[in-house]
Amino acid sequence: MINSRLKRKQIIVCFVLAVLLFLAVTWSITSGEYKMDLTAYLKTLIGQGEFKDNLILMEFRMPRMLITLFAGMALSMSGAVIQSITKNPLADPGILGINAGGGFAIAVFIVIGQVNPNTFIYVLPLISAAGGILTALLIFLFSYNKGKGISPANMVLIGVGLSTALSGGSITMMRKFNEDQAEFIAAWLAGNIWGDEWPFVFAFLPWILIIIPFLFFKSNSLNIINTNDQTAKSLGVNLDKERLILLIVSVILSSVAVAMVGSIGFIGLMGPHIAKSFVGPRHQLFLPIALLTGAFLLVVADTIGQMVLPIGTIPAGIVVAIIGAPYFLYLMYKTNSI
Amino acid sequence: MNLKNKNPIHFTIIFIIACIMLIVTFWISIVCGSADIDTSTILNAIFNYDPKDMNHNIIIDVRIPRDIGALLVGVALAVSGAGIQSVTRNSLADPSLIGLNSGAALMLALTYAVSPVISFPILILTGFIGAMAGGTMVLMIGRSRKDGFNPVRLILAGAAVSALLSAASQAIALYFRLNQSLIFWSSGGVSGTTWQQLYIGIPVVAIVVIIFILLSGQLSILNLGESVAKGLGQNVKIIRAGTMLLSMLLAGISVAIVGQIAFVGLMVPHISRFLVGTDYKKVIPLTAVLGGCLVVGADTVARMMGEAPVSAIISFIGVPYFLYLIKKGGRTI
Repeated sequence: MINSRLKRKQIIVCFVLAVLLFLAVTWSITSGEYKMDLTAYLKTLIGQGEFKDNLILMEFRMPRMLITLFAGMALSMSGAVIQSITKNPLADPGILGINAGGGFAIAVFIVIGQVNPNTFIYVLPLISAAGGILTALLIFLFSYNKGKGISPANMVLIGVGLSTALSGGSITMMRKFNEDQAEFIAAWLAGNIWGDEWPFVFAFLPWILIIIPFLFFKSNSLNIINTNDQTAKSLGVNLDKERLILLIVSVILSSVAVAMVGSIGFIGLMGPHIAKSFVGPRHQLFLPIALLTGAFLLVVADTIGQMVLPIGTIPAGIVVAIIGAPYFLYLMYKTNSI
Repeated sequence: MNLKNKNPIHFTIIFIIACIMLIVTFWISIVCGSADIDTSTILNAIFNYDPKDMNHNIIIDVRIPRDIGALLVGVALAVSGAGIQSVTRNSLADPSLIGLNSGAALMLALTYAVSPVISFPILILTGFIGAMAGGTMVLMIGRSRKDGFNPVRLILAGAAVSALLSAASQAIALYFRLNQSLIFWSSGGVSGTTWQQLYIGIPVVAIVVIIFILLSGQLSILNLGESVAKGLGQNVKIIRAGTMLLSMLLAGISVAIVGQIAFVGLMVPHISRFLVGTDYKKVIPLTAVLGGCLVVGADTVARMMGEAPVSAIISFIGVPYFLYLIKKGGRTI
């Protein structure tokens, strides 16, 4: 049923984005303290590189790059689903306070557990996910009105309120931390990509491999949920159940990403919007593009953050916010419906 | 709209009770602290100050300025919130939620980046400019073309502008390596208030609050709706712009003194309206007193919990209240 012209357009856009993404990755990986030239990079990539290049690429740069790519994809997908569920084009895990919830849970964990977060990388995604899900449920609970269902407007308001409170709470707990822990949370809140070793990649990968295909599989449900409730009901979709499952799954996805890269907002907003501007609102069409766009945006933001300062880096989250917030405001200015 | 304007005696009683509460809170706040100091010493410190006595020094140089600072910030934020709520006719507005605080914080970060030693009047001025910039951005975007200030739009625009401005402050902090001082701005604490800050802060806040009280009749008229206000011969634009400017000035001062504190400007005007109705002649003075009471109280609690940030203590009350307001569906005043 999908218009073949659109389908062709989707494939072309996907291809172009994949090329752009590869270029961005190359740019990001070859720049830095140790400049790697292009042929050395390509050689190392296919396993023909020198020992030194191999070490730098495989041990230091590649894991971090993979984490960045996964996180960009996860955040963008999660944003797309949350936008469809809430029927709010301006929803985003960051704006809704889900990131802040994950951060708060991590801060609580550090305080109560008294652990060095580096040794608990496999637990961290779970904790962040738990915090994110609790926050999402809280938002759902408060925005649910008997008889009227969920009010998207209230959801946004409650999310903003909770997000203010939760990040305040995390900062409060920082005072109880020692210097290392405080620095970790501060960097985390700013959205510093800190997971840069292979174990992080392996901790992240299963979530990506399970949840993203699941969401693709649910494209049709998402299409229906995104229309009005009457249509959905007459098509026989159990709305509330589907909605809840999709919400929880997408919150898990973004919380896990956030656990690895820190509180990064606006990717979940920009990715889907840019994708929809190419191929329209059908999920089968725009989700793959959103996936690639999200990864591309985060890689570029991270690389810019690493290159701007002569010494040290600006966390990717800050770069994303500086690009993303004006985009958000522009979208808001354009849409009169919200 | 709630039009139950109760009789003057009712207001007088409530106002007096509020003032007594404020005095009691203020007193408790001076008495409580890590150094155990009894009442007679405090009175002595105030009336016969002896520079050689350590306890006198604690009272005069640490506790009293800190409490006056908390009081000042409470008054400023609460009245600022009342002003913003009346201009936007939006009961969910708060200086921090519409970008005033983060704008002020960004300007302060910039100021610190330029020079770490800056006199307090200049800080107030830059805080004010920042609050103005942040607030204007939010109001311009949050104002939808048809129906004035839609609360959801306003809050969303506020969240996005705050995210942008905070990211910019963080970037500046990283670039100029001022992270330590910025954590202070973002978490809010009055412990470092000095007399120099107060000598300038007190008169400015006092004057602005007096102007607000003089303007309160106009605010009540504005509250009846734009067309009614115009019909009654009010220059709606000037009153709105003036109120916004004064609110921004108050927010700027409070950020310059303590950093960012949310929800004071949201809660206190609500409580006042609940107690005395919607007549701003009564709401503004009561809001000022209750706001001072809230922040001084919260600061005392924070101190007893081992220097927790005031903003966290206030969020603890403020967030449930915010959720309750949304749940109740109290969108417009």
